[in-house]
Amino acid sequence: MLNFIVRRLAQIPLVMLALSVLIVALTMLLTPAQRAAGYIRSDQQAAQLERIIRERGLDQPFPVQYGKWLQSTLSGDLGFSKASGQPVLDTIIDRLPNTIELTLLTAIPIILIGVWLGTLSALHKDRFIDQVLRVFVVLGYSLPTFVLGIILLAVFYGYLGWLPGAGQVEVVNQFAIGDLRRYTGMLGVDALLNGRFDIALDVLRHLIMPALTLFIVSSATILKVMRNNMLEALTSDYVRTARAKGLPERTVNLKHARRNALLSVITLGGFLIINLLSGSIITETIFAYPGIGQWVVQSALQLDVPAVLGFALLSAIIVVVVSTLTDILYGVVDPRVRFD
Amino acid sequence: MTSVPAAPATSQRRSRLRDFLTSRPILKLRRNRLAMVGMVIALLFLLIGFFAPIIARPSAGSNCLRDLGASSPQQVANPLDRVFWQAHFAAPATCYAIERESFSPVPTPPSETARFGTSQGYDIFYGLVWGTRTMFKLSFIIVGITLVLGVIIGAISGFYGGWIDNLIQRFIDVLFALPGLVLTIILITFLKASNPGIDPSLPIILAFTVTGWAGYARIVRGDVLRTRQLEYVDAARSLGARDPRLILKHVVPNSLASALPIAILDLGTVPLGIAALSFLGLGFPTGYAEWGQLVDFARAWLQPQYWYVMVYPAAFIILFSLAFNLFGDALRDAYDPKTR
Repeated sequence: MLNFIVRRLAQIPLVMLALSVLIVALTMLLTPAQRAAGYIRSDQQAAQLERIIRERGLDQPFPVQYGKWLQSTLSGDLGFSKASGQPVLDTIIDRLPNTIELTLLTAIPIILIGVWLGTLSALHKDRFIDQVLRVFVVLGYSLPTFVLGIILLAVFYGYLGWLPGAGQVEVVNQFAIGDLRRYTGMLGVDALLNGRFDIALDVLRHLIMPALTLFIVSSATILKVMRNNMLEALTSDYVRTARAKGLPERTVNLKHARRNALLSVITLGGFLIINLLSGSIITETIFAYPGIGQWVVQSALQLDVPAVLGFALLSAIIVVVVSTLTDILYGVVDPRVRFD
Repeated sequence: MTSVPAAPATSQRRSRLRDFLTSRPILKLRRNRLAMVGMVIALLFLLIGFFAPIIARPSAGSNCLRDLGASSPQQVANPLDRVFWQAHFAAPATCYAIERESFSPVPTPPSETARFGTSQGYDIFYGLVWGTRTMFKLSFIIVGITLVLGVIIGAISGFYGGWIDNLIQRFIDVLFALPGLVLTIILITFLKASNPGIDPSLPIILAFTVTGWAGYARIVRGDVLRTRQLEYVDAARSLGARDPRLILKHVVPNSLASALPIAILDLGTVPLGIAALSFLGLGFPTGYAEWGQLVDFARAWLQPQYWYVMVYPAAFIILFSLAFNLFGDALRDAYDPKTR
């Protein structure tokens, strides 16, 4: 077991290394001056372009450049983002908690409701509830995120006027944020911890539409996989054995069939986090929510190379860590996987 | 000598078609009524894309007509005229610029000249119809390249195994460490930053190719691992067939059954990906006929009186996505050995 975990963990630095080589190789498409521009913060510095190129070795061969890049990246210098007017690392530290808050608010209901409805759908196969849920599944993964987001925006903000259309808090509360003590960086959570329930509620109101968009698009997949796994489990030998033993139907369904069907939900949970990461790029842009997804779009529009690079590294870390963790978790839960 | 009868050849061909139509996966597909509806709608979209010059005829005095060398819009619809053929098979770039009714951003409701109304002054109907053409054009190019690349690389990886296989698979692992949308955004930013003034389709094609081939390679590799051990491959080898012939004539055709349904599904998902990218502003410049920016325009006009700005593009895209998903999913299921 320990062997399996160690082997799996050892892959993280390897993949990251290979990926960073690829990403830095991409920057070789740019001229040294363009690469140097990524480290410039002010007009005064712009005059010293030559010096920056020399200091950072930006006109050197690729291996040298990669070495220098790795050195400065590991010391936390990811360059300066034009789009946010801040160093890349500071921008990530500011904005990542917002995206995490949105992701958490979305992922937990998706998994719980997806598993529940998927089981329900399988247990009532071809009956009315199953048909309704299957239509929901087809709609869910046919609806492109950006179209769904705009529709929700038009209905709940443009037409009904129930929910705010953009941002994270109302303008009135904008000033109050400065007084909050930041524990987690997640605005809603911090507001709660500070006892400012009005701000927390305001944040929640702003989160409803982005979260709902991601929920509708992503829960369909979990629901579908859960239904299929459950159907497969229900026809398996051990379920027949359990029935033959005379166990009550409920015990067979929930204890025997669903436990096994749940196994792949672990893997799926990993996929979900990764999906939400891409989904948040589009959703945050639609609802002008100040997370990392909105920032990377702004950066890409302004051809802000260091920002896009920083985002690429960040998402690679998230993906690699999440998929390693799900693999390990799967190995812990299901011993058959460990010995592959 | 020369009296080889032609009739048997055609009847043989016809029976091959019949064999195909009555093969088990196709029969299963034909029984699925929703999938058939999806197929019909998807084909309709294909027709809309192809006949865009007739359906959304360029208006008199437009740059498109000028570049076609036509004096009146009627010529585009007349198959006896050279203009008809040029418009359908080699439409000049100016035809892909959405016709602009005015320079006022305020939407105008559907009318004689603009059937779906205008948004930011652009004719929504023209944008959607010619956008379909843009989308299919890119989609066929991208799916074609990725399919060929994926099949070749996947076949080599599976057929030779060993260190080649290992190298290719680890490379794919590294590529998959970034979500598709993230990788696309990175590539497009770099390509645009390093080649200012590049044709907007090129970065899109390149980015989608880089993210797309690996999926096919994985599927084909898995299939090849299975087929390369079959007796007929050994038989061909013992008859003296070399590796390239073995791969192309004996192994690849057998793996296509699992790659082609995915390719058809991708013909529908690639346009949605491009539309999402353009929605974010990272695809085509404003005014180029495609779908994403038409949805983006709607973000500024959410009041109920401007319903047409959102409803037409949204309905168009959702219908497209639904049609391809219904058909593509059923096709994939029909050819999936597990569900047979």
